[in-house]
Amino acid sequence: MAKTLTINGQHVSAEDDQTLLEAALDAGIKIPTLCRLEGLSEVGACRLCLVEIAGSAKLQPACVTKVVEGMEVQTDTERLRKYRLMILELLFAERNHICAVCVANGHCELQTLAQQHGMSHVRFSYLYPQADVDASHDRFVIDHNRCILCTRCVRVCDEIEGAHTWDVMGRGTNSRVITDLNEPWGDSQTCTSCGKCVQVCPTGALFEKGKSVAEMAKRREFLPYLTLMRQQPR
Amino acid sequence: MVLEQLIAITEKEKKARKEICIRCCMAAGCMSSRGAEIKESIEKAVSEKGLQNRIEVRRVGCMGSCGQGPMVGIEPAGLLYQHVTPENAASIVEGLSGGSAEAELGDPKHPFFSRQKLIVCANSGRIDPERIEDSIEAGGYLTLQHVVSELQPSQVIDAVLKSGLRGRGGAGYPTGLKWGTVAKSPGTRKFVVCNGDEGDPGAFMDRSVLESDPHRVLEGMAIAGYAVGADQAFIYVRAEYPLAVSRLQTAIRQAKHHGLLGNGIFESTFNFNVELRIGAGAFVCGEETALMASIEGRRGQPHPRPPFPAESGLWGFPTLINNVETYANIVPIVKKGPDWFASLGTEKSKGTKVFSLTGKVRNNGLIEVPIGITIREIVEDLGGGAPDGAKVKAVQTGGPSGGCIPVEHFDTPVDYESLVGLGSIMGSGGMVVMDEHTNMVDVARFYMQFCMEESCGKCIPCRAGTVQMYELLTKIVERRGTRNDLEQLEELCDLVKHTSLCGLGQTAPNPVLSTLRYFRNEYLELLNKEVQESGSSGVQEQKT
Repeated sequence: MAKTLTINGQHVSAEDDQTLLEAALDAGIKIPTLCRLEGLSEVGACRLCLVEIAGSAKLQPACVTKVVEGMEVQTDTERLRKYRLMILELLFAERNHICAVCVANGHCELQTLAQQHGMSHVRFSYLYPQADVDASHDRFVIDHNRCILCTRCVRVCDEIEGAHTWDVMGRGTNSRVITDLNEPWGDSQTCTSCGKCVQVCPTGALFEKGKSVAEMAKRREFLPYLTLMRQQPR
Repeated sequence: MVLEQLIAITEKEKKARKEICIRCCMAAGCMSSRGAEIKESIEKAVSEKGLQNRIEVRRVGCMGSCGQGPMVGIEPAGLLYQHVTPENAASIVEGLSGGSAEAELGDPKHPFFSRQKLIVCANSGRIDPERIEDSIEAGGYLTLQHVVSELQPSQVIDAVLKSGLRGRGGAGYPTGLKWGTVAKSPGTRKFVVCNGDEGDPGAFMDRSVLESDPHRVLEGMAIAGYAVGADQAFIYVRAEYPLAVSRLQTAIRQAKHHGLLGNGIFESTFNFNVELRIGAGAFVCGEETALMASIEGRRGQPHPRPPFPAESGLWGFPTLINNVETYANIVPIVKKGPDWFASLGTEKSKGTKVFSLTGKVRNNGLIEVPIGITIREIVEDLGGGAPDGAKVKAVQTGGPSGGCIPVEHFDTPVDYESLVGLGSIMGSGGMVVMDEHTNMVDVARFYMQFCMEESCGKCIPCRAGTVQMYELLTKIVERRGTRNDLEQLEELCDLVKHTSLCGLGQTAPNPVLSTLRYFRNEYLELLNKEVQESGSSGVQEQKT
């Protein structure tokens, strides 16, 4: 049974088991996301898609919250915009994001979101962590300076490619995405070199060798295609 | 095992009891002060004097006053020796046979003991935690027998619901309601989980309960399993508690051997198996969704709720998760009735609560008090105030998720609601006392460091926000902070509290918020006056 709800004062209809985010997208209402990518499982980690729901004291992530009949949702309040900007600033301060020399400059979801949220500077102190670059793979590079730990690479490798080369190690801000048991990517026994992780990465953390500044545009057409083709016939 | 066998063991144990019992505390605290050697030296003295027929030397669990340990108790004389050493332990036996004991006598009538109400810890410090017979003699597994053979699962849930018991892990969710939800959730299998991943700094209640009376917890879990329809349970204990782990292993083995766990318990159709899972040291694994991920063998990271474990928990099956102390309350509730339990405590919070009283307080240790007792009674009467004549300034409850309660509010009754009203939480039971020499900004920084290091790294506000808050607090502690830093700290508190994924992140700002609320002047005094007066903002503005 379909459901009707209100998003930002606009009446919206949604399918029974849709999430708020899906319902909003169908209605043409954009909610910022970063860890989410259609075709991969939801983790609710980036907290950018938090929305206000009338009657709920807590903010809820739109990506994992199911629609409820009569729900009243606000996706773009001053408070939410403030939180989103702060989250983006925290990300910029956490690692070494220098857009001017980045392969993904102009193709980066983090950069785009920062622009959309009017981020002119970062108010938090930069942590300048010592982060490595692993270029041991024949075709790809991982630059941890630009990684935001969204785990899209981990999920696409596990859920779509089925290799589970990527995972996360460590805790807190010292977390790192790793290949196999923290071995150099080039030595990985499980990596199929399919490159899916590179294409789904929202920033320039994962890129193809030979790409220079601003050249690393990501091609994600494979994901909706594979998702569609693998769906159970209805 | 049938009822008759249970009674036979009890009879046999009663007969074997001797005239005098010397109880030697062998919980982790006293053990680390040579508790095992003390017991040996007492045993040696007993046999040298040929008193084996009159005196029994018993290994027991925690007696409470850990700060005065190692403890040795004498029954039926009711004597309590403290600060016992292996050297003067033999003189205790001397004292029993007409001589004089050199060991320091404690005061069992001190409010520290007399103001307590023992339900969870009733057997703690009395029975040998490594002998199931001791536990059975104290009434262990009789309640399980009664439940399995005479009660319907719904009757058990009703009793727990009526008792008003609330989750002792900290959040205070009504236990009976949780049991009812799990019982009603459809599933081909169901699981029971005991959360023993106690990680708050200064908290050791669960450890003491597991080390002192593991069978009580196992019996409570089995009753829970019967009530919700689960046949498999896991106890998740952190690896930092090796003694608790080994005593649990012993207890599980003994209970299985006696047919009190396993298949067809008390010749019924009820099966219940318990397995131990050892944590690898992550604080976040005390969060229920992370704990379940860890049990399943995955990385211990929380995931968004709903779905709640009661609907979809371990491997997607309905799962009941309760804290160690919650399970330890089940047997007395079923045995003495929900009305008895509900008569203790306050209107909304029933029963007792075990606290570990630590910090700048004379009598530290493990206490069990009726809920509703005031903080002042705990700190001043039981705890005896701060040592060396210092004035107590505040109490931190609830660990890194809680807050500091200043001395002005010490007349507040301890229950779930009133502590939340003060900006703290009941938490799992850690109570750290601070005196006038404690710098509250430094306290806040300590807890923030803890949260920063223990953040799992999944969601951005907690992972990156706690680091920024820690940096700001360090700046303030080192007198480099400005008003802008304080403002930014408050903004970050607001962000992390409202946007983090799990409870760890959502409550991480609490120590800062509560110290800002009650001790703001301490922050202001530390601010760098020069920077403020020269008008420089002190905020780093960096272009990306």
